[in-house]
Amino acid sequence: MTAEVEETIKRIQSQKGVQGIIIVNAEGIPIKSTLDNSSTVQYAGNVHQLLMKARGMVRDIDPQNDLTFLRVRSKKNEIMIAPGKEMYAFLFRIQKPKQM
Amino acid sequence: MSVSHKVGTMKSKQDEEEGLDTAEGEEWMQGKTLVKPPDQLDLTEAELNEEITRVLKASNPNAPQNVVRYSFKEGCYKPIVFVDQMAIHFELEGNLVHKESDEGRRLMAKQAEVDDGGGVERPDNVAIKAAKREQKLTNQFNFNERASQTLNNTPRDISCQTEPPPRANFSATANQWEIYDFYVEELQRREKSKEKHEGQFLNKEEDKSKKKMIQAETQNDDISQLAKVVKIIERMVNQNIFDDVAQDFMYFEDASDEFRGEKGTLLPLWTFQYDKAKSLSVTALCWNHKYNDLFAVGLGSHEFTQQGGGMLLFYTLKNPSYPEFIFNTASGVMCLDIHEHLSYLVAVGLYDGCVAVYNLKKKTDQPIYNSRASSGKHTSAVMQVKWQKDDLDSNHNFISVSADGRLVSWTLVKVQIQMTFVKCLRKTTSYNVKLNKCVFFIGLVGTSLDFHKQKDYSFLVGTEHGKIHKGSKYYSSKFLEKYDAHFMNVTRVKWNPFHPDVFISCGWDWMVKIWDQTMKSPVFTFELKTSVTDVAWAPYSSTVFAAVTTDGKVHVFDLNINKYEALCQQKVVSKKTKLFNIEFNPVHPIIIVGDDRGHVTSLKLSPNLRKKPKVGDALILCIEKPTH
Repeated sequence: MTAEVEETIKRIQSQKGVQGIIIVNAEGIPIKSTLDNSSTVQYAGNVHQLLMKARGMVRDIDPQNDLTFLRVRSKKNEIMIAPGKEMYAFLFRIQKPKQM
Repeated sequence: MSVSHKVGTMKSKQDEEEGLDTAEGEEWMQGKTLVKPPDQLDLTEAELNEEITRVLKASNPNAPQNVVRYSFKEGCYKPIVFVDQMAIHFELEGNLVHKESDEGRRLMAKQAEVDDGGGVERPDNVAIKAAKREQKLTNQFNFNERASQTLNNTPRDISCQTEPPPRANFSATANQWEIYDFYVEELQRREKSKEKHEGQFLNKEEDKSKKKMIQAETQNDDISQLAKVVKIIERMVNQNIFDDVAQDFMYFEDASDEFRGEKGTLLPLWTFQYDKAKSLSVTALCWNHKYNDLFAVGLGSHEFTQQGGGMLLFYTLKNPSYPEFIFNTASGVMCLDIHEHLSYLVAVGLYDGCVAVYNLKKKTDQPIYNSRASSGKHTSAVMQVKWQKDDLDSNHNFISVSADGRLVSWTLVKVQIQMTFVKCLRKTTSYNVKLNKCVFFIGLVGTSLDFHKQKDYSFLVGTEHGKIHKGSKYYSSKFLEKYDAHFMNVTRVKWNPFHPDVFISCGWDWMVKIWDQTMKSPVFTFELKTSVTDVAWAPYSSTVFAAVTTDGKVHVFDLNINKYEALCQQKVVSKKTKLFNIEFNPVHPIIIVGDDRGHVTSLKLSPNLRKKPKVGDALILCIEKPTH
C-alpha cells in the first residue's frame, strides 16, 4: 500500500460519522479493515454478493457501462461501496443519513 | 304339419292285449307316449288328410326383387329386370395348383433347387444326389448325419478401473457483458501480439524486463486501483458531509432576488483550506479549463518582510476538505497560469524571481522546468505569468512580467527553459536613464499583465506607479500607448473577453476603471471604499465584473443594469481578513476568492447577477451612452 493511499484512508476515517472502512479483493476476502474481524467478515461476504448483482445488472443493460458507485442507505446508517477492477473498498458510516 | 303317431298307440294296445310277454318292449313302447307341443294347431281329420303340394324353386328368396338404377343416358331411374339369384352360403379358396400348369412347374423347380443346396457337404452323396433332383431322399446305405460342436471359449469379463481425474466444479454465467469483456481482451491481446511481431529483435531482454514489468504491473494496478477506489469513497464521504452545500451549488436559486430589484447576493458555498497553508496567504487563483471543477491556488506572501516557503495547491469542488495536488516551492508563489489546452501544464512565478513549470501528470513533487540563476531569471518577484501559443517549433512558451521591470518570454525546449527577452518597461518622463541593451536599468515595476484574447500580440502591463502600458510583441522597443490609470499601484489589468477594445483596471487608490483602448480617459470609474486588490470579468456576460477589496468585500457590477452602483457588495470573510484574488468559474455560476489566511471561499452568484445581455454587444451600447 502506498503512503498516499494510507493517508487517504486515514483522512476518511477521521471524518465525523465514519465508522469503518474495509478494502476487499476480487474474491471477496477482506485485505484491510478498520473494524473488528467478525464484523469485517460478515460485511465483506454480504456486500460482495450485492456488488456482483448490481454490477451484473448495470453491465447487462449496456456492456460498455460499468458500476462506479453504490450506496445503501438504511434507517440507522449508510454503506458506501466503490468497486474497482480487481478489488473494491467500502465504507460504513453510522451517522444518520440526512432526510431528503 | 305334424303327423300324429297313430301307429304307436295301436301297437301299445296290441301289446296290452297280448299280455305281459315282453316286459321290456312294453316299457320301451310305453316310453313313446304322445307329446303335444303347446302351440300345435288343432285340425280336423279332413284338414289333416288334405294334400298340400310344395314346389322347390331355384329363386333366391333373399334376393332383391325391385332394384332400381339411375341411368345417365335417359336421366331417370330404371328398374333392373335381371337380378342375380345366386346365394353363396360358404366360400373357401383352395391352394392346390395343377402339376402341369405354369405355376405348378415353377414351384417344382424351386423345390428342386432347395434340395440341391441342402446336401452339398457329403461327397458320398454327390453321386447319389445327381440322380435325385426331384426328391430328396436320404441314402439308406451310408448316409451319416454328422454334426459337430466347436469348442466354446470360456467367456471372461475383464474391466479395469482408473483413478478418476481430479474434478472441479465450474460454473459461470454468460452475460452480455462477460462476452463483451472477453472480446475486448481478445482485441488487446491481438494488438499486443502485433506489436511483438513488429519489434522482435530485442527478444530476450524484453522478455525478462517484461516479466518483471508484469509482476510490478499487477502490483501497481492493484495499488492504483485501490487509490482510485479510495478516492471515490473519500469524495462521496465529503459529498455526504457537505450535502447541503452540494445541493445549493447545483440547484439553489435565490428566489428573493425577484423582490430585491436589481440587487443580487452571493451565497457562500465551500471553503477550501489546508492545514499546512495556514500561515500563507493566497496570491493567485486559476481555474482549469478542461476540468471545470479543478482550480489552482498559489500561496505565498505579499509582505516583503515575511517571506518563507510557498505552495501550489489544486483543489476540486468534489473534495473540499483536502487538495488534490500539493507542491511545495522554495519561495512564495506570486502568480500562476494554467495552459489553455494542455491543462496539466502549470506555470508558476515565484517571489525570488524564478519561474517553474509543473506537470500534473507526473507524480513527482518537483517542477519539470525550473529557471535558475544560470538560465536567467528575474531579479525580483515575478508578478504575472501567461501562457502563449506554441511557437513555430511547437515548443510551449509563456511570458512573465516582474517587479524588476522586464517582460520575458520563456520557451520550454526539451529539458531546458530558455529565456528570451521581450521588453523592458521604461519610464518616459523625468528620469533619463540610459538603457544599455536593456539588461541593466532602472525600470518600472510591472505588476500585472494581460494578453488580448483575439489579437494575441497585443498586451497590457500595469505598473506600480499607476500607469498602464499597451504594447505589442512585435515592437520590442516602444510601447504603443500609455494610460494614466491610477495614483497608486495597479493591481490588475484585464481585457474584456467579448469586447475587443475594452479593458478594466484596478488599483490601490480605491478605484476601478474601465477603459476603451482608443480613449485616453476611462469610460467608467468606480470608487470602492478601500484598496481594490483584484478584478475579474464574467465569462458569460460582457458587462458583468467583480472586484475584491482589502476589507473583505466582494463587489459585483453589471453595467447593463446599473452603471453607477454595484449590484452586490457583500462581505464574505471574517474581520480583518483581506481578500486578494477573485476568479469566475468558466462554466458554473460561482466565484472563488482567496484571502490572506490561505483560505479560498467559493460563492454562488444569485440570478440577478447572472443576467446575460440580450443584445449582442451590450458593452458598446453602455459606452456610447454619455456618462455624466
